[in-house]
Amino acid sequence: MTMSFAQEAGFIIAAYAVTAFVVAALIAWVVLDHSAQRRILGDLEEQGVTRRSRRSSEI
Amino acid sequence: MAVIDLANPTRFLRLVTRVLPWLAAVTLIAFAIGLMQAVNAPDDYQQGATVKIMYLHVPAAWLGMMGWVVMSAAALGTLVWRHPLADVAGKAAAPIGAAFTFICLVTGSLWGRPTWGTYWVWDARLTSMLVLLLLYLGVMALYWTAEDPGRGSRAAAVLTLVGALNLPIIKFSVDWWNTLHQPASIFRAGGPTIAPSLLYPLLGMAIAFTLLFVTLHLAAMRNEILRRRVRTMRLMQAQSLAEARA
Repeated sequence: MTMSFAQEAGFIIAAYAVTAFVVAALIAWVVLDHSAQRRILGDLEEQGVTRRSRRSSEI
Repeated sequence: MAVIDLANPTRFLRLVTRVLPWLAAVTLIAFAIGLMQAVNAPDDYQQGATVKIMYLHVPAAWLGMMGWVVMSAAALGTLVWRHPLADVAGKAAAPIGAAFTFICLVTGSLWGRPTWGTYWVWDARLTSMLVLLLLYLGVMALYWTAEDPGRGSRAAAVLTLVGALNLPIIKFSVDWWNTLHQPASIFRAGGPTIAPSLLYPLLGMAIAFTLLFVTLHLAAMRNEILRRRVRTMRLMQAQSLAEARA
């Protein structure tokens, strides 16, 4: 039994679409997480909180 | 710079910040080449065009397993040397490895329906791969839900090392049991059995996916180091507020 190309194409497109979606979600997670952490660090530094290692390196 | 210097999180961050844009660019180029090869590859004489799913499924399976190998090495670093960067590497690899394992299972299912006539069977290869995904989710739960991050990390490292026993089961499941999944056709004693016209695009896509894994892992490690800095600074802030009130 052989499948028609239209039926085969559905499976191929679905596989590539799922992969693209998951990879895009991974990239978005990494990029958004980075900007969130940078923003929180910036806010804390603005409030005058600094890490001990940063303080000792400034002395 | 000696390799041991990279064990310092600040130096590691500096290096990653410099390397990441280049790595991302190389990954993009590798995907452009790999996808072009995959599109132009011939159809399989039995499977027809559905063989194109192989260019996603096989690299995703390799990287799902590679993610666990990375985590196992990191788990040793966490438990034996208690190195903070090892713990960072393990925690950062878990969601990426889980995502590749998920891609492997879904694309395998979509490839199985036209090839085998079914989306899923409980054979040894498919089941051991599903166990790998569940192990990834378990490790992520331990990392993200533990109240004390140190205890969560150690528990996750132990589960990672126990879960590493699943890797040879995945690899040799097709030899040890009678499975619907085909036996190894690339990494086998007598060399690959797959035709070069299909093998080279597969290797091209495998290189692209591996570069993607490395890029995402380094970026996630950078984020994790920053998250730990945020946690330390918040603890210091709370401590100085408590001292001011006393």
